[in-house]
Amino acid sequence: MTTASSADHPTRRDFLFVATGAAAVVGAAATVWPLVAQMNPDAATIAAGAPIQVDLTPIAEGQDIKVFWRGKPIYISHRTKKQIEEAQKVPLSSLPDPQPDSARVKAGHDQWLVVIGICTHLGCIPIAHEGNYDGFFCPCHGSQYDSSGRIRQGPAPANLPVPPYAFLTDTKIQIG
Amino acid sequence: MSGPSDFQPSNPALKWIERRLPIFGLIHSSFVAYPTPRNLNYWWTFGAILSMMLALQILTGVILAMHYTPHADLAFKSVELIVRDVNYGWLLRNMHACGASMFFFAVYIHMFRGLYYGSYKEPREVLWILGVIIYLLMMATGFMGYVLPWGQMSFWGATVITNLFSAVPYFGESIVTLLWGGYSVGNPTLNRFFSLHYLLPFVIAGVVVLHIWALHVAGQNNPAGVEAKTEKDTVPFTPHATIKDAFGVSCFLIFFAWFIFYMPNYLGDADNYIPANPGVTPAHIVPEWYYLPFYAILRSIPNKLAGVACMFGAIIVLAFLPWLDNARTRSSKYRPLAKQFFWIFVVVCILLGYLGSQPPEGIYVIAGRILTVCYFAYFLIVLPLLARIETPRPVPNSIADDVLAKSKGRAATAASVMLALVVAGGLFAGSTQNAKAEEGGDTPPAQSWSFSGPFGKYDRGSLQRGLKVYKEVCSACHGLNYIAFRNLADAGGPGYSEAQAAALAAEYKIKDGPNDQGEMFERPGRPADYFPAPFPNEQAARVANGGAAPPDLSLITKARSYKRGFPQFVIDFFTQYQEQGPDYVDAVLQGFEDKAPAGVTIPEGSYYNKYFPGHAIKMPKPLSDGQVTFDDGSPATVKQYAHDVTTFLMWAAEPRMEERKRIGMQVFFFLVIFAILMYFTKRKVWADAH
Ligand code: FES
Repeated sequence: MTTASSADHPTRRDFLFVATGAAAVVGAAATVWPLVAQMNPDAATIAAGAPIQVDLTPIAEGQDIKVFWRGKPIYISHRTKKQIEEAQKVPLSSLPDPQPDSARVKAGHDQWLVVIGICTHLGCIPIAHEGNYDGFFCPCHGSQYDSSGRIRQGPAPANLPVPPYAFLTDTKIQIG
Repeated sequence: MSGPSDFQPSNPALKWIERRLPIFGLIHSSFVAYPTPRNLNYWWTFGAILSMMLALQILTGVILAMHYTPHADLAFKSVELIVRDVNYGWLLRNMHACGASMFFFAVYIHMFRGLYYGSYKEPREVLWILGVIIYLLMMATGFMGYVLPWGQMSFWGATVITNLFSAVPYFGESIVTLLWGGYSVGNPTLNRFFSLHYLLPFVIAGVVVLHIWALHVAGQNNPAGVEAKTEKDTVPFTPHATIKDAFGVSCFLIFFAWFIFYMPNYLGDADNYIPANPGVTPAHIVPEWYYLPFYAILRSIPNKLAGVACMFGAIIVLAFLPWLDNARTRSSKYRPLAKQFFWIFVVVCILLGYLGSQPPEGIYVIAGRILTVCYFAYFLIVLPLLARIETPRPVPNSIADDVLAKSKGRAATAASVMLALVVAGGLFAGSTQNAKAEEGGDTPPAQSWSFSGPFGKYDRGSLQRGLKVYKEVCSACHGLNYIAFRNLADAGGPGYSEAQAAALAAEYKIKDGPNDQGEMFERPGRPADYFPAPFPNEQAARVANGGAAPPDLSLITKARSYKRGFPQFVIDFFTQYQEQGPDYVDAVLQGFEDKAPAGVTIPEGSYYNKYFPGHAIKMPKPLSDGQVTFDDGSPATVKQYAHDVTTFLMWAAEPRMEERKRIGMQVFFFLVIFAILMYFTKRKVWADAH
């Protein structure tokens, strides 16, 4: 825009241009806000992401189920004695993402492993009861998780995340 | 004029690009150095306004398409969910829907300006014809966009307009079938209209580029209608025209915001808040206001093919304007007769628009025929004749002379003309509401509502009482499809806490499933659940209620209206009155009378209601004194019940209203300040030019 050079009131003229320009910038920014914010999840989607309750009684030892919460598959495994032992025995130093088994299950409920079944590599769904570690195997690029859902081998950088959940009773959990 | 430019960027990186793709030179020569006549008035800013509107429509349209579902069963609902659940969805939808009207409003001004100042004359014929093509494309786009919400007017508008093509001899039926993709307007029609509605704006944008190209070859016309000859006649586009356009745009935005935030339904039709129903035609099919003059022409011809031909002819004739009017003088300013006929023509168009909104009976038909003749006579008789017999006044030698001779009163006249146009526009637009004829129901008395006006807010107590009335009385027969229990805890709603909303939800049994055994089951409601419908399907509702299915109440206060009449609807534009729906619902709830007045016969199974159109309503008197008790000591009277439940239903129809009005106030505050700043900036920039 023109720089102020006219003889009368150069400063007032500058001030006007700056004020108008600033107002235009503020207006443009305020307009962009809703145009971007609309991409966030809408109220119905958020409401549908409310906590869910899962009854554990039908899951026999050695079995697991897959439930969906917020569109994500959640594995709930009823671990065997052997699986629990393996998970607890592994030296932490040998793990790519060191985390003790006790940090991945709820105290007193060692037999229940609840993890989000999304490979931390690029988001495929690992298959339960496969691979060399009695845990999960991701078919996409070969990541292997152990019976605690920790990454042991393959390109994935981190353990399978544990969703927020709590035991309502010994046989009922609430996820979320 | 926008020939190769000698502009060279100073930045080496830009220089590097410029040598390979001279885009900066192009921009510089077209939008910076481009010489623009210095005597342009504010009517010329509508070009910039239209460019902005096209960009805005494309932007909001692309966003809405992210949330919209083009399926006959889901479209209506998805639009409601956009408005209710998507972040700022109500804003985006209002911008897009009102934006269409604003787009047409601006294009009409732009066209009348071209007509008045002879902007179609040599050497701008192609420029003008491209404009007519844009206008045709806009009409097609606007029509298909109106179909997408899949309300009653969408559906029946689509039916009527596509049936226009059945008038074509021999191929008519095949063309219509081709358009529909079925035996009638249905899901395939909706799908293709969505696809085309997304496509056409980009075609428009392409033709706009040609339009601007042609403009930059011929140069802009100007109020004097003489070509720019010397440097003294022009000013560089930037900053002069840019700033002036920006000021025009900011003023236009104020007008636009008035609709977006305060009158979003003023230009719409209440019937379009009723989901499409192929079995029931609304009493009066009225297209959007911007098609009304052509609709009036269509209806005034008693022959189907001739009517359709005339309607299209009324637009096509514009393309021949450069050859119909071959007067040498461009601007009507210097053509005393042409000027008068121009204004007569404007009035003819507005009157035709008014007639298009009226039922086609009696005097309206005759008036429509006379005005149709006038419309065509202007192009086919008046303009060619004037070119021969009129003696124009002398035009100024140059644009510079014109600027010098200009009287001081120009701004004042421009302002008053602007005001007159706004009033006329409001009048014209509002006249659509006239078509909502009340088939013999009394006019509901206007009530005072806490939520009316620019600062309106819902009365929390009234909302809570209204919910109680709905739960205890209305919900036995009427659904509330679009309200979830969680909404009861939303800001701007009845003001319950989330725990209270969850507790209320738990009182309901919700059908869910199938479970692992493949069976449906019932469970207590959760906040995310919607109010369950009282009947499993429409047929069941019909059978249980003497043949008339009780309508869902979520949108009832927006889906009902009544005739406001002239001049009330003009006043409504300024007072922001838009409570026809609540007034009507309230009145109907109180309008039951045990005995029909003498002379009115009410069929078996119906009841007399003073305010219901036709007076015979299938719903028995739903409310009586003492039926519901309020904890807060409000009177247990029908009057109170009706008021509270109507308030509640208004909230149900528009749960985001408080947000809309609050943000509206902020936007207004900003826009007014911005327009004032723009005005002074424009004056400073132009100070040297005068
Ligand atoms: S996504 Fe699982 S290994 Fe790549």
